[in-house]
Amino acid sequence: MNGDSAAKVVPVRHVGRWVGAAVALLFISMLVHTLLSKVPTGQRACHTVNGSRLCHNIVNWRFSWNVVGQYFTTSEVLHGLVVTLELTALAMAIGIVFGVLIAVMRLSHNRLLSSTAWSYTWFFRGTPVYVQILFWGSLALLYPAFTIGIPFMSVTFWHFKTVSIFTPFIAGVVGLGLNEAAYMSEIARSGLIAVDEGQSEAATSLGMSRGQTLRLVVLPQAMRVVIPPTGNEVISMLKTSSLVIAVSVTDLLGAVTNIYSSNYEIVPLLIVASLWYLIVTTILSIGQFYLERYFAKGALRTPPPTPMQRIKNDLSGILSKFRSRRRHPLDQVAR
Amino acid sequence: MTTPMVEARGVRKSYAGVEVLKGVDLTVVRGEVTCLIGPSGSGKSTLLRCINHLEKHDAGELRVDGQLIGYEARDGKLYERNDKQICSERSQIGMVFQRFNLFQHLTVLENITIGQIKVKGVNAEAANARARELLARVGLDNKEKNYPSQLSGGQQQRVAIARALAMEPKLMLFDEPTSALDPELVGEVLDVMKDLAHSGMTMIVVTHEMNFAREVANTVYFLDGGVIEESGDPKVILLTPKSERLKSFLSKVL
Repeated sequence: MNGDSAAKVVPVRHVGRWVGAAVALLFISMLVHTLLSKVPTGQRACHTVNGSRLCHNIVNWRFSWNVVGQYFTTSEVLHGLVVTLELTALAMAIGIVFGVLIAVMRLSHNRLLSSTAWSYTWFFRGTPVYVQILFWGSLALLYPAFTIGIPFMSVTFWHFKTVSIFTPFIAGVVGLGLNEAAYMSEIARSGLIAVDEGQSEAATSLGMSRGQTLRLVVLPQAMRVVIPPTGNEVISMLKTSSLVIAVSVTDLLGAVTNIYSSNYEIVPLLIVASLWYLIVTTILSIGQFYLERYFAKGALRTPPPTPMQRIKNDLSGILSKFRSRRRHPLDQVAR
Repeated sequence: MTTPMVEARGVRKSYAGVEVLKGVDLTVVRGEVTCLIGPSGSGKSTLLRCINHLEKHDAGELRVDGQLIGYEARDGKLYERNDKQICSERSQIGMVFQRFNLFQHLTVLENITIGQIKVKGVNAEAANARARELLARVGLDNKEKNYPSQLSGGQQQRVAIARALAMEPKLMLFDEPTSALDPELVGEVLDVMKDLAHSGMTMIVVTHEMNFAREVANTVYFLDGGVIEESGDPKVILLTPKSERLKSFLSKVL
């Protein structure tokens, strides 16, 4: 049966795939066309060239890219961006620290600790984050001032007005952070229970204390499971933080809202905000990739390639395809 | 006469109402190898885990090196030991698991040094030196930078033995150390264990390897249904078992 060893290989035809690709291409080109399209503004401009008068309609980008460019790096927008980044970082820090704490409490053998943790998650996950932010912003209505001293005695160490500490920014951070802790605790818990029980048994039998077992053996391995959903949470927080508009903090979205409420360039300014959100999300995704790679050590025999390595591999793969013509598989066996 | 390394008198243990150990008596002499054999569910592993205090026994007396496990007898009372004391007791008992349980996120070398550094407070240099010495002893001196997932089962189990030995234990417990291995890898692990036995380590081995028990063990205990059914010199009881249950067990595994 191994007659002609140089027989031509006929690849399988993927008709459905080609049709799908053609449809996708059509939609992509429509999108590019509309993004780059120009529309008449209704105004006309006239010039005198060589004594004769020439007039034409003034056209403009449909998406007002010139306005987008004009506002993209104004100090107001950049300041809003910084506020958004600060809110995201602080709220996530609170969320991660409290989340891990609540997850560990939840897995405690002490019933009071575990049910406290459960109730926390129940409450903060069960009410809208918008309401929680508003609540922290209106804390002064409930407690106009705080006094730290010895209860039932007139000894006071510290006294402060609520509004002086719970500024809108702090209210936003606390509201977002405590809400995030409820979600992060479930993520951390899933990581902790994903680590095989044998790992903590082995650590225990070496004489490690419970704290050491958790810190040195269980948590580092839980990280691998925890990072992808945590990255998701960070990216989600970046955009959820725009809810601080409820307590009138001027973040990225707040900044563009302020601008378009005076110049009415609503869509271009929303594009400005969206582009910034996209840029930050892209940077965060890249960071997440490398973090995942770092914590995957030991778990995978070969770590996944970095994007640069992947591009290199793809290029060399394509090149080698061009270099050597496809051979019949039996060809190699024959030699 | 010296005190035995392990002494159990009437040890009982139940899980959720099911009694797994129903009064076990056992004596392990220093420097000897003791094998625990028996059908699955007979309580062999549970006994081993009680000796290491991974499980708390419910009743009876369990002594390691003359010390009660988990309790301290003073003034006619038993004082429960605190976590710190229990940890320090455990650090003197090495344990090797059926499924190796190497720390997946650490290299082979780090697996062996982490206990010395974090529990015994040995400095990193001395810990590394000891780890390399032990790796040479188990025949894996070229694997120190590898992660456990890059090793075969037999290699992982040998690393696990080195990890336990790094703590300089006075007693080594093996919980079915070759049961999770491919048949051709069993030999390399048993060889390391034989070596260890010849060096005078006190060992308790839960095993289904009857040849190992016959060759290496000084004493074999046959557990069935949570009690010791028969015990003695392996060359005697494995060849001429007295009880019907041991006879039928041996006819199945040999």
